[in-house]
Amino acid sequence: MKSFRIGGIHPKENKFSAGAAIQQADIPATVAIPLAHYIGNPSEAIVKRGDTVKVGQQIGAGSGFISANVHASVSGTVRKIDVQLDASGYRRPAVFIEVEDDEWLETIDRTPDIVRGCSLGKEEIIQKIKDAGIVGLGGATFPAHVKLMPPPGKKAEYLIINGVECEPYLTCDHRLMMEHGEEILIGTTILMKALGVDKAIVGIENNKPDAIEHLTRLATTFLGITIQPLKVQYPQGGEKQLIDAVLRRQVPSGKIPIEIGAVVFNVATTFAVYEAVQKNKPMIDRVMTITGKDAPNASNYRVRLGTYLSHVVEQAGGIPEGTGKIVGGGPMMGRSLMNLDVPMAKGSAGVLFMRDDESIRKPSQNCIRCAKCVSTCPMGLEPYLLMAYCERNMWDELESNRTMDCIECGSCNYTCPSHRPLLDYIRFGKSTVGNIIRNRNNK
Amino acid sequence: MEKLIISPAPHIHGGDSVRKNMYGVLIALIPALLASFYFFGIGALIVTLTSVVACVLFEYLIQRFILKGSITIFDGSAIITGVLLAFNLPSNLPIWMVVIGALVAIGIAKMSFGGLGNNPFNPALIGRVFLLISFPVAMTTWPVVEPLSMKYLDAETGATVLAAMKEGSAITVSHLDMFLGKMGGSLGEVSAIALLIGLAYMLIRKIITWHIPVSILLTVAVFSGIMHAVNPEMYISPLTHLLTGGLMLGAIFMATDYVTSPMTPKGMWIYGVGIGILTVVIRTWGAYPEGVSFAILIMNGFTPLINFYIKPRRFGAKQLKNNK
Repeated sequence: MKSFRIGGIHPKENKFSAGAAIQQADIPATVAIPLAHYIGNPSEAIVKRGDTVKVGQQIGAGSGFISANVHASVSGTVRKIDVQLDASGYRRPAVFIEVEDDEWLETIDRTPDIVRGCSLGKEEIIQKIKDAGIVGLGGATFPAHVKLMPPPGKKAEYLIINGVECEPYLTCDHRLMMEHGEEILIGTTILMKALGVDKAIVGIENNKPDAIEHLTRLATTFLGITIQPLKVQYPQGGEKQLIDAVLRRQVPSGKIPIEIGAVVFNVATTFAVYEAVQKNKPMIDRVMTITGKDAPNASNYRVRLGTYLSHVVEQAGGIPEGTGKIVGGGPMMGRSLMNLDVPMAKGSAGVLFMRDDESIRKPSQNCIRCAKCVSTCPMGLEPYLLMAYCERNMWDELESNRTMDCIECGSCNYTCPSHRPLLDYIRFGKSTVGNIIRNRNNK
Repeated sequence: MEKLIISPAPHIHGGDSVRKNMYGVLIALIPALLASFYFFGIGALIVTLTSVVACVLFEYLIQRFILKGSITIFDGSAIITGVLLAFNLPSNLPIWMVVIGALVAIGIAKMSFGGLGNNPFNPALIGRVFLLISFPVAMTTWPVVEPLSMKYLDAETGATVLAAMKEGSAITVSHLDMFLGKMGGSLGEVSAIALLIGLAYMLIRKIITWHIPVSILLTVAVFSGIMHAVNPEMYISPLTHLLTGGLMLGAIFMATDYVTSPMTPKGMWIYGVGIGILTVVIRTWGAYPEGVSFAILIMNGFTPLINFYIKPRRFGAKQLKNNK
């Protein structure tokens, strides 16, 4: 079984909602559609207070190279453009819309029919993806069209579709592969065309045998697409780890995947590409998982962007008794939420309820130098050492020990028998060292 | 749900703990303890119990009255130091000497550096070497094997295999007896099979990795094997080297101490090879018949240096073999 070659852990999978079909979430009375993205510049609002909008109408325009358009996910009246506390804990601009009916733009194909053929050329496809505001749905929300335009001199060889979903609990990508497998493969073909590659590999972790089987069967009618089962090992879905697993190539330190001829797209992003190119539907919703050990219904919902998480959670049965922590995303890399009054964004893959007793970290003890963090780090770093350097403000040493390579997967924290907050310190070190590097480069 | 807890990711933990690892090591030490009781009788238990109680007590007293900090005697590390110190002592050593050894091990070698995780040298070995230098006669007077003996201070004594070799007299113990532990020596070091069972347990539980024990034993076997091949009259066979003295105990339980051993597989190999070479050199040409303790302590001293220079295999650092 293929896997990445350095480190890794195997947390308990707890994929309770794996069998739950995707349900349509109710449309709320108001939405707050975030204009900011996790990465890059926030979009600029192109509507104003009092405007009426239809579903799919553009309301925010990408500003700068790394930015994406934003569209109305509901129809109704723009109430205000204001800051809103988002799932990452920052106050950022959002467009507030009061919902009236559910009126879509006429250009959007809302029929359930699968549109197979695509006669568009490379440039047209990229333009459509850009117009539709598609960003990577795997977590980093990097604008999709940017990835499709490699820097001069770089050529893509392989398209890799990420269906790994290595985060415990989350199942939204799994369900998408089961229910929209053909659309994902059509989306893959479209992306191959846009990149000018003839080989695509869909990586799926082996704990989803039904999805592997389903896609393998469908893929026989698609040229150049192979389905690659992967060992269940976290962080198999990390971009660099996935490339290493399927291509046996490692992205050099500080470089991006195109350097070694690979471009990676998440399955959900690929599905969104299909919808944008074949159905003219911009990115206005996504599938998310509502789950937890005590969640009344562990389920998967297709939710309109900007819907408050509290609205979706209510539909899924409310907050379970004895919840101590609510995580936006998966348990390894998600962010804990202060409350559920935050809007669903393009990167929101799930809501996870954690019990009181599993919410509190155990007190940190002395490092006993067991070396378990070193052996689990998928980037081949020394977390114990990086933490010690952070504690002593030794920024030069942090940089030379490649702290910027850390992908923040959390394997070190997960493994540490002394419960040391390794990643907390490393994040702090990364931001400081990152600033130092930027200042040096600007001189 | 009164208030939600906010903390950075990751939000789950694998459930490993210091205590689990330490008690795992203690479980792995049980076969060797049983073997020592069988071969040396009640003296083995008296020395072990004294050492453990003294180590835990000293750690408690130091934390309670000198450091005035939190008490960590239940993490199991002081118990391990106690057991390992005892395993390195003859089973007829007077109690007061054992207590002095425990005081040096815990007080000087461990707590004075800041407790678990901060000591540069293996505490049990520091305790042992201190006793060896302070009480050379008592520390090299070994009881002979007397199964389930009830004698303690009055046990009959004789030379160990390595001491006999040093004096140039013939070795009378068979390899099978060496493997089982039917020979004179420190109370916990004699039974290779019991120690190997402990090793298997620790490897299965993933408490330690194989690198350090394998690199030490392999180095000793190869180095002494070459010498033996060159001059079998002069140098004892590699099998005798492997099965006698504190080599098994040292390679499996002392050198693998988390705190004082390197952090990367490559570093562990350097450390293990160093211990193996030093052990054979001291045994063959040094003043003492046995050199495992010194070899490990010397390589403990190199551990920070090894950690500084030997880095793990970085992701993407150089193009790996199958990379195009």
